[in-house]
Amino acid sequence: MLQVSNLSVARGGISLLHDVSFSVQPGQALVLRGANGIGKTSLLRCIAGLQQPISGTISGSETVAYAAHADGLKGQLSVLENLKFWSEVYGGPAPKSALAAYDLQELAQRSAANLSAGQKRRLGLARMLVTGCGLWVMDEPTVSLDAQNVALFRIVLQAHLQSGGAAVLTTHIDLDLSGENLDLTGYIATAQRSSSTFEEALE
Amino acid sequence: MIQLFMRDIGLAVRSGGGFGLALIFFLIVVVLIPFALGPDQSALALVAPGVLWLGALLACLLSLDRIFGLDYEDGSLDLLASSPLPLESVYIAKAAAHWLTTGLPLALAAPLLGVLLNLSFDAGMALCFSLLLGTPALSLIGAFGATLTLGIKRGGLLLSLLVLPLYVPTLIFGAQAVRSASLGQPFDVPLVLILAISLGAVAILPFASGAALRINLR
Repeated sequence: MLQVSNLSVARGGISLLHDVSFSVQPGQALVLRGANGIGKTSLLRCIAGLQQPISGTISGSETVAYAAHADGLKGQLSVLENLKFWSEVYGGPAPKSALAAYDLQELAQRSAANLSAGQKRRLGLARMLVTGCGLWVMDEPTVSLDAQNVALFRIVLQAHLQSGGAAVLTTHIDLDLSGENLDLTGYIATAQRSSSTFEEALE
Repeated sequence: MIQLFMRDIGLAVRSGGGFGLALIFFLIVVVLIPFALGPDQSALALVAPGVLWLGALLACLLSLDRIFGLDYEDGSLDLLASSPLPLESVYIAKAAAHWLTTGLPLALAAPLLGVLLNLSFDAGMALCFSLLLGTPALSLIGAFGATLTLGIKRGGLLLSLLVLPLYVPTLIFGAQAVRSASLGQPFDVPLVLILAISLGAVAILPFASGAALRINLR
């Protein structure tokens, strides 16, 4: 479903990750781990096609549903209208089941500006369902969710995996998924050394 | 693409969307001109074509930074960029929505405001036609400028500086069409040239804007 080989990633001209390779099969979830600033978000943006890698290839992903730190909601639109828009853009399923999956039916007519942080995040996650995409790329999906809603997210994700979908995500909590973890610490780019040679030259 | 177009129109019309802002700005500018120049009707008729076109052009500038700025801030531009929708069609949908909520109302209101400046009926019609043909170019060029200044904090001023020189040809031919009509001369040549600018913009700028968006989202 997704094949990443020898990928090198940079952000703002600074090399972050070097020579990352992994593959994700249908039904599998890959959790990326690593310290803050290691390059998890940049790697996900590469997979989502928002950013070009320095080298290496990404293949196998047709259209990708991407969930970023920001939920990309329009405050003036209602919960239902927000979902409907994304469902039409992707040509995905109707929002009804997505609303039910994240327990948002009662909020359907409320404008997104009046949602709490956790409710906004649930709406952002429900967006993944209406895209109808097989591969979900999610950046910290559980931020600002309480324990009950993290459990809800886990159920939705498991159902997605069981129906042949796949996911690549970053998270700092233990989701107890059947997927595997990839620790990015071993792939830190060593490009920072160029600055140390510069300092040596100064000395 | 149509969904995005409809959503942007919906957002512009709803509260806080800024619909009508350009129109009211245009109205105020045109109403202020007679106060500044005095009540001499022949003098007003002389400056009316240029003033009306300039007013419409400046009114168009007001909402340019919102075209992409709001979507960039709330993260939905990232999500649109990762959706199956090409960024070129995102640009076209947004520029078209901007034209429908800004350029079209300006073009329709301009002949009425021309009366305030002693503009003849024929010249008013020429003004309406020239704005109908020219405001698409203003929206397209402006939206292109908005893609270039995306991600710059308070880039509105820079956007104006960038876009205004590019508006010059449209302004020259637009004002010329109205001036010719007010003198009773044929004004088809400037109108055709304005149409050429709009068509040229629609042919070239989507690709330039798509590339600019891709670079700025990186």
